[in-house]
Amino acid sequence: MNDQQDSERESAGQGDMAAPSIATWFMREVLPLEPILMQFLQRNWRNQSDITDLRQEVYARVWSAAMRERPQFPKRFVLTTARNLIINRLRDEQIVPIEVIADVDALGAVMDAPGADQAVIARDELRRLQDALDQLPPRCREAVVMAHVEGLAGHEIAQRMNISRPTVSVHLAQGLRALTAIMYGEEIARKKSP
Amino acid sequence: MTSEPADTLEARAADWLQRRRYWKDWSPADQADLDTWLDEAPHHAVAYWRLAGGLERTERLQALRPQRTTRVSGMAAALRPILPKLVAAFATVALLGGGALLFVSATKTGTNPQLYSTGVGGHQIITLADGSQIELNTDTTLTADIGPNHRHVKLERGEAFFDIVHDSNRPFIVEADGQRITDLGTQFLARREAGRLEVDLLQGKARVDILGANAKSALLLPGDRAIATTTDVAVTKRAAKKLDAQLGWRRGVIVFDNVTLAEAAAELNRYNQQKIVVVGASTGQLNVNATLPINNVGLFVRSAKTLFDLKIENRGNEILISR
Repeated sequence: MNDQQDSERESAGQGDMAAPSIATWFMREVLPLEPILMQFLQRNWRNQSDITDLRQEVYARVWSAAMRERPQFPKRFVLTTARNLIINRLRDEQIVPIEVIADVDALGAVMDAPGADQAVIARDELRRLQDALDQLPPRCREAVVMAHVEGLAGHEIAQRMNISRPTVSVHLAQGLRALTAIMYGEEIARKKSP
Repeated sequence: MTSEPADTLEARAADWLQRRRYWKDWSPADQADLDTWLDEAPHHAVAYWRLAGGLERTERLQALRPQRTTRVSGMAAALRPILPKLVAAFATVALLGGGALLFVSATKTGTNPQLYSTGVGGHQIITLADGSQIELNTDTTLTADIGPNHRHVKLERGEAFFDIVHDSNRPFIVEADGQRITDLGTQFLARREAGRLEVDLLQGKARVDILGANAKSALLLPGDRAIATTTDVAVTKRAAKKLDAQLGWRRGVIVFDNVTLAEAAAELNRYNQQKIVVVGASTGQLNVNATLPINNVGLFVRSAKTLFDLKIENRGNEILISR
């Protein structure tokens, strides 16, 4: 297992150009499902403040399983993992909600349906990216724009904004989180299941 | 939760990623540290790669993006008309896909009395000559006699939801098996079962009378539920949530709010030709809380099987569920 783990684990440094690794697989196949996963979790778990923790746990389990073998049908696998996690957490409670199962079945039908035109999704993302940038705090937005639009490095941003390097780091980290939330946010949620 | 909170891990992962992506002093030693952290737990890896994926997508979009940010909104605006169409297309599919057995008929003819009936799994909305609406649930039969001076419905069997247009000169009367509901402008649900009538009042006011030798009556207010037999009538308060669950059939779903498996099966059997038979008292006592499409016996059975680890036997007309 360790050998496999080593070969599977993508070096965070050179990963971008490597052959499909577990990280690329995760980014291509699993992350785009996030809106569906979140919708599923939100619908089936009462305490909404647990949702991001549940999401993390689902991803961690999917990741571990994919280290051994890549699931053939990622959507079904992710949602089944989520379902099992929820059921295990609920087993102690008296009431077991059948709708958790019902939902996976219903979502299963959505999963096999062809997706919307990719170009439309991409353009929609572009609009959302703009919205996301607009919503960042002004200084944070400034740093992100300098990094991405102007292509400046961290120390150049620090100079231009006349702030310390750690502060630039805080802004950029915040920007990454906000952009990711938008990229994997609710973009598919609006295309509800038929 | 065995791992650290997602929020903490995401903050840590964001710090790693920004250091690697935006700074020129990223060293092999830093890389080794990052690799170590990523290997510590799958939770670390997924938090990091989720952000890396978000970043990659952002950058891919930038490649698509016009040079000046201001033009982005212009482009988005140009594309905007496509989106409602897309949404509309999905909405249409949703309607067709979810399409149950719902027929809407506007019957405004004056011939009296009119007979209305649904089969097992049926669902029909009728509009009467006075504008009142009656929504018939599964396996329901009623006659409606609407005249210039009277409005009279006989609930022969089953269950119906009444939405009545008030008319002080013509009280709306629903009769069942020796019980009578006199409506004073309101919405209510009436369900007739062997020898008794259940009435749930949603809006307005109504009176329930027991006819004949044991004459009794009760006045209902919103949220009240009356159970009338041929000899007695009892009124209780009903939580809005319970009532909403009971009206799930109007939306094509069946809502089990903390009932036993036996009760759930009996309820589902009202709507489907293929009947579920729960074998064994202990099996029947299992607790169910669910919202299901009203006509999907298979889904119910599969769910029960998976959740409670039960055995299923399909015998054509019947499906047996047992331990």
